[in-house]
Amino acid sequence: METIFFYILALVIIVFSTLTVSTNNILRAAVYLLFVLGATSGLYFMMNFNFLAAVQLTVYAGGIVVLIIFSILLTHQINTILESSDLKKRIISGAISIISGSVFIWALFTYNFKISDKNIDDTSVKTIGTQLMSYVENGYVLPFEVISVLLLACMIAAIIIAKKFSHD
Amino acid sequence: MIEGVTLHHFLVISGIMFFLGMYGFLNRKNMITMLMSLELMLNAVNINFASINAYMHTDLLQGHFFALFIIGVAAAEAALAIAIIVLLYRKFNSINIEKSNTMKF
Repeated sequence: METIFFYILALVIIVFSTLTVSTNNILRAAVYLLFVLGATSGLYFMMNFNFLAAVQLTVYAGGIVVLIIFSILLTHQINTILESSDLKKRIISGAISIISGSVFIWALFTYNFKISDKNIDDTSVKTIGTQLMSYVENGYVLPFEVISVLLLACMIAAIIIAKKFSHD
Repeated sequence: MIEGVTLHHFLVISGIMFFLGMYGFLNRKNMITMLMSLELMLNAVNINFASINAYMHTDLLQGHFFALFIIGVAAAEAALAIAIIVLLYRKFNSINIEKSNTMKF
């Protein structure tokens, strides 16, 4: 049952990733990206990371895709067809990706992963919140603070960059 | 551990997704589609972290937290990149990556 579910999600991810990088209609590319991100959150649900899957759905599928679609509407006519890049560039980038991808797959199947025989048992929101806020062992309060400051700086920078100054 | 699905399944999926994103990033000229390819790559890295956490280090939640932080960084990066893209569109009236060459040396 879970195997079938996994293969359905894998098929969705591969097909729609290919369409995202190959389609010429930019709005369609954004919608295909939405399907890829949704299928990814399905994979997180399979791994029993329910909070991560929910964050993936809200931040990626709900936030970033909507932001991308808004920026498409701000900068394009909706029906613009992108010109496809020339054959030489396409061959070079395809060759680079395929070569590095084969190296990745080869390294994956020759390395000996030590699979643990236990299941992850405790992924409740309470555990995640406690560990995120704790500063003793297995606590992640420092990266949490760093990412808070990063987000604040980024929001201020985005406002300043996109603001229309009156003198130009 | 999931019945019938091994760690390699997840890693192969994330690898395919990462290198498709890399192909798109190298191939595309439009900045928004390049940004989409970048999101694909970040997403593949997230699957990698989460699956290795779920299969190899089951007593900790390190990969899970790293995936959460990567999602935060990706959100920040997308917001900033879209602000820059809108500004460039106002200045050059195009978001083709080859037309924005003012700072090119």
